[in-house]
Amino acid sequence: MNKKKSYILTGGRVVDPFRGIDAVMDIGVMDGVIVEPESVVNPETIDVSGLIVAPGFIDMHVHLRQPGNHAAETIATGTMAAAAGGFSGIVPMPNTSPAADTPGAIEYIKRHTEREGKVKVYPCGCMTKNLEGKEMAGIGSLKAAGVVAVSDDGKCIQNHELMRHVAEYTASFGLPILDHCEDDCLKGEGVMHEGVWSVLLGMQGISSASEELMIARDIIMSRMSGCRIHIQHLSCQEGVSMIRHAREKGILISAEVTPHHISLTDECIKKFDTNYKMNPPLRSEYDRQALIQGLADGTITVIATDHAPHTATAKLVEFDYAPFGIVGLETAIPVCLSELYHTGVLSISSFVSKFTVGPAEILGFKNKSLAAGNPADITIIDLNREFTVDASKFYSKSRNTPYNGMTFKGKAVATVVDGKFVFSEL
Amino acid sequence: MEVTWTKKDLLSLYDLEREEIELILDTAEEFKKVSQRNVKKVPALRGKTVVNFFVEPSTRTRISFELAEQRLSADIINISANASSLQKGETLLDTVKNIEALQADLIVMRHSAPGAQNFIAQNVECGVLNAGDGAHSHPTQALLDLFTIREKKGRIKGLKTVIVGDILHSRVARSDIWGLLKLGAEVTVAGPATLVPKDFEKIGVRVCHNLKEALEGADVVNLLRIQHERQRSGFFPSTNEYARFFGLNRETVKYLKPDALVMHPGPINRDVELDSSIADGPQSVILEQVTNGLAVRMAVLFLVAGCLQK
Repeated sequence: MNKKKSYILTGGRVVDPFRGIDAVMDIGVMDGVIVEPESVVNPETIDVSGLIVAPGFIDMHVHLRQPGNHAAETIATGTMAAAAGGFSGIVPMPNTSPAADTPGAIEYIKRHTEREGKVKVYPCGCMTKNLEGKEMAGIGSLKAAGVVAVSDDGKCIQNHELMRHVAEYTASFGLPILDHCEDDCLKGEGVMHEGVWSVLLGMQGISSASEELMIARDIIMSRMSGCRIHIQHLSCQEGVSMIRHAREKGILISAEVTPHHISLTDECIKKFDTNYKMNPPLRSEYDRQALIQGLADGTITVIATDHAPHTATAKLVEFDYAPFGIVGLETAIPVCLSELYHTGVLSISSFVSKFTVGPAEILGFKNKSLAAGNPADITIIDLNREFTVDASKFYSKSRNTPYNGMTFKGKAVATVVDGKFVFSEL
Repeated sequence: MEVTWTKKDLLSLYDLEREEIELILDTAEEFKKVSQRNVKKVPALRGKTVVNFFVEPSTRTRISFELAEQRLSADIINISANASSLQKGETLLDTVKNIEALQADLIVMRHSAPGAQNFIAQNVECGVLNAGDGAHSHPTQALLDLFTIREKKGRIKGLKTVIVGDILHSRVARSDIWGLLKLGAEVTVAGPATLVPKDFEKIGVRVCHNLKEALEGADVVNLLRIQHERQRSGFFPSTNEYARFFGLNRETVKYLKPDALVMHPGPINRDVELDSSIADGPQSVILEQVTNGLAVRMAVLFLVAGCLQK
């Protein structure tokens, strides 16, 4: 990321929801920083007319699998997949092996990112030691080491008293909690959404209640502690409604939704393809519509992928035995543009906001707009490019996607990090 | 209309058209005659290799399939999970690919994971016959139930049928429901709400939590086995209480039509879901179900093997 040069992006439609801008204008970049176009010395011009020029997209829910499972993904391949998907920054979850529960583990991520990373990596630390939900991790030290949030993603603290203490303690360090909401007893041995399809397929279901209970718990904890709690991968209708109500009351609660939960439902599982197995599970059409409504009315402010790479070997097994999760970095923008923008649910400005303003507000990021003086992190999108997913061409090490062979409309065509094109199809 | 069999696998009745189910039942009628002959064997599958791969243990279904294969003159290999390389960490797909590499024509498979046979069938050339996959599907059990009902009642369309018991965990219920609906019967599922999900209503099944109401005027009742481990998982308080409210006994049997059939896929927990006197009484067709299972399995082996030949 050292090679920086000077150029002007000309003729693009600049969509910068941080400043409420949606207009055709030029953007100057010099030494990795955004500048006024007229102040660029010896500029090269790059014609981006007909394309969207947006602040760099941030995916605040990614699994890089390093350390622990290099066969599925590494910091090098995961950040390249992010670049190819249009993301200039990502937040990797701490459920690696070993888990990112110490300053040393955060140092490790930062060191490898510096050496091998293609995009910016904002580390996230554990809430509890080794994600066990028993003892609080050194949250203050993790903050000092550079984490932007804490999370036990993949697991959920079941002990409400411990959760209360974690929320209070985390709030005193000004960090947000990113919470995976799931009651372990109600989840049981479930492998898919509990509903008509689990009943017809004879599979053990995961009731929406297991998610709803913990969302309700988190709303209460956020209200009591004043801690900002962000609900990860929201998947159920009742959850949307509780969060809407809590936000109306001014509670510091927010939520993200994944591209798969707004584009697929539990019916997809009838062919027993393990690329439709993830947690939380794909839910009903009713839930899917509620999530889309939640995005439209501003209840859900973030779209995040929950990019969860698994090797082909791990996924090519009986549905019950397959691990949860699918990759998402390289399909998120095409899927979401097709489902949300081209259908008229979101304007382009609100669409961009879910990947930029939304994450930045929760994580406390400043300087992410395209204003002069900010780091030149930019995502360039062609709204109308047809994109057929070919998993064999992924930059990610893993190919566990349900979208293989499907065609979408719209795609990121270039990703700029600190002025450098880390990915370009221009 | 001439119906022909075109599927290389038999995975679930959900996948079959009404005509295909009737073709199997008609074919089974012919094979039932074979078992009544002095020489109970035909050369229909001579030169074919059938592998019985039971990853989940089974006695009655495995024996029934094995005997059906023998009566069709197939060459047979039996593999059980604890004797296979699954124990050594081989994946299920690798194990089956190895079986296929020995030029097996058909694999009869039982597995505890729903959809395991669908997953295998998508990845191999040979035919796959589902002998039960978790709580998902058990097509030959449903076919033998349909065969028995049709034989006894002369029809299936319009009959009032009731399935009682642990519907939630039952592959038999899921298979019977599709078969009965496709052939035009009315279907009620009954039992406590913990074991009988309301969602079945969405496919046109009546859901009832009161046994007497469910049985009122029924032509057929199928009792499912109540597993003791469900009590430990908190689905009902005790088998005694289950028997009191949901077991078919001398009192509740009166709600059925006098000529109603009493069925059970076995093994029976006597005096839990089914009173002994009824299990052994005149309405019971439980042992005939077992006999018919053989004919039905001969029919599906014959049809699937014939399709592979083409």
